[in-house]
Amino acid sequence: MKPPAHNQPAGNTPLLSVRNLRIEFPTRRGTLVAIDDVSFDIARGEVLGMVGESGAGKSLTGAAIIGLLEPPGRIAAGEVLLDGEPIHTLPAERMRKIRGRRISMIFQDPLTSLNPLYTVGRQITETILTHRDIGEAAARKRAIELLAEVGIPAPDQRVDHYPHQFSGGMRQRVVIALALCAEPELIIADEPTTALDVSVQAQIIDLLKRLCRDHHTAVMLVTHDMGVIAEAADRVAVMYAGRLAEIGPVRAVVQQPQHPYTRGLMGSIPVLGADVHRLVQIDGAMPRLNAIPPGCAFNPRCTEAFARCRS
Amino acid sequence: MLAFIIRRLLQSILVMLAVALVSFGLFRFIGDPIHNMVGQEATAAEREQLRQDLGLNDPVPLQFARFVGNALRGEFGLSYRMARPVTDVIMERLPATLELALISGIGALALGIALGVYTALRRDGWLSQFIMSASLIGVSLPIFLIGILLIYVFAVELQVLPAFGRGETVRIGWWTTGLLTESGLKSLIMPAITLGLYQLTLIMRLVRAEMLEVLRTDYIKFARARGLSDRAVHFGHALKNTLLPVITIAGLQIGSIIAFAIVTETVFQWPGVGLLFITAIQFVDIPVMAAYLVLIALIFVVINLIVDLLYFAVDPRLRVQRSGRGH
Ligand SMILES: Nc1ncnc2c1ncn2[C@@H]1O[C@H](COP(=O)(O)OP(=O)(O)OP(=O)(O)O)[C@@H](O)[C@H]1O
Ligand SMILES: [Mg+2]
Repeated sequence: MKPPAHNQPAGNTPLLSVRNLRIEFPTRRGTLVAIDDVSFDIARGEVLGMVGESGAGKSLTGAAIIGLLEPPGRIAAGEVLLDGEPIHTLPAERMRKIRGRRISMIFQDPLTSLNPLYTVGRQITETILTHRDIGEAAARKRAIELLAEVGIPAPDQRVDHYPHQFSGGMRQRVVIALALCAEPELIIADEPTTALDVSVQAQIIDLLKRLCRDHHTAVMLVTHDMGVIAEAADRVAVMYAGRLAEIGPVRAVVQQPQHPYTRGLMGSIPVLGADVHRLVQIDGAMPRLNAIPPGCAFNPRCTEAFARCRS
Repeated sequence: MLAFIIRRLLQSILVMLAVALVSFGLFRFIGDPIHNMVGQEATAAEREQLRQDLGLNDPVPLQFARFVGNALRGEFGLSYRMARPVTDVIMERLPATLELALISGIGALALGIALGVYTALRRDGWLSQFIMSASLIGVSLPIFLIGILLIYVFAVELQVLPAFGRGETVRIGWWTTGLLTESGLKSLIMPAITLGLYQLTLIMRLVRAEMLEVLRTDYIKFARARGLSDRAVHFGHALKNTLLPVITIAGLQIGSIIAFAIVTETVFQWPGVGLLFITAIQFVDIPVMAAYLVLIALIFVVINLIVDLLYFAVDPRLRVQRSGRGH
């Protein structure tokens, strides 16, 4: 299962370039390869959707990009380039300055993403002051502007409220404000709406989409929701068992998936008004990391596998 | 918040009444108070007269009400053994115990938090591993054994610290302090270590476990992802969340330090209320025992109230009404 060689849009250097990334976990019973030979690019201002079933390695890829892989996990091979510069080898302190400033991250659960003991204003100003050389008062003013920008009513009062005083959707807006507060070039949004009410999900995606367009911020949007991909992403990457199954423009991947796994994935999405009996299910389960078959990782579950897939 | 405080105050009063009942029971049911007061040669009539004078023939609830009334005014009668007001005797001894408990409590808390945070942040460092192993000793050795070991090493063998007593003290008003003289400070070292070691290890292990837990939370990951410095993440965000549950335990620990002081004071012949209590038991000096029980209960209750108030100060989730919700 090799990713297509040319998955980057033509033009100058991509904002982010992941090259042949390999992430390993040394364990007592040998080394687990959690991410194997993953390559993709994200252009400036582009939204790259990323899908794949649970455990496919989406979060791990995000963590590797932002330099927050938790030991013993480590990047064993490959590189992460930001604007052409390798960042996976940077010393901790320089990488820290990139986090929040050039690459930000949004996590799944807005209820637990904010420190319960500090006002949202304090958390925002602290982040601004970490990256910008401005005064306390200016940072606070900026925090209020940001809250207004992410659609929080009465931001000049809300700035002094604590996280528990906000609803889930509002907290995710605060989280987005925090991720955006130093104007990063790339946001890694790891399932930003999974923990939210369905009614709020669309609003948050719209907000993220609008803000990133306005600020020309690129997004790596991890999600399980193909609807979100179709709505917000420019291109989509499909991950399976730590590898990239397929990557391409959303329309192409959705309408003419190349990889049988992607086809299975697309087939399992209910379409409103379509015949329910035609919903397809992929038999079997994703292999465990220590039992990934040779050749294409998907071949044991694939209905179309031929000899070359197995070697 | 006011409602909460009032509720806690009422609970505290109930607790104090329950303890008062126990101490009152001591008076009523352990030995015959008259027997303890008059000599062998008193006649039956004299005894009956005294019994009447002391109100011992009144109905029990009335006697209890009188006991509580007196206790509120700090009157617990005369010590059988010393024939002096119990309150005076206790007030004389209290500074010694409080100084010992406070010094070892503050030491245990400060060192426990510092070591707990250190061992959590440097989880795999050899020093952390060493501290953790060493702390097992602190948890498993009985208090008196630590005291005796210390005495053997520093007083008997090395002869650098006094083996017992409080050293010279200075009087400030009704308070006597050993903190202002060299011999007083020297005398304090070993009892304070003995008394605080167990609490130190307990607090350290608790802080470490709690800190490791907090470091795994999403808001810490998010704080890192925003590029905050390690210092800001560890000490600004993680530590405060770590200390929240520690407040309760630490409060209880300081209470139990005062209670545990009995053993330490006995080992070091420290002239505090713990030693007074042990002696009182030996001589069945009921008024002293009763007053001691009430005093310890009062200290626990006050500490608990302070802990509750601290929670309000630290945790906004308790402080702020949930007015802004529902968007
Ligand atoms: N500390 C670890 N030790 C061993 N394996 C790990 C560790 N952390 C993650 N993994 C493995 O890495 C793989 C990828 O995990 P990851 O969290 O990236 O999945 P994901 O695609 O984000 O899934 P989800 O949709 O559930 O969030 C999983 O199979 C997981 O078991
Ligand atoms: Mg994930």
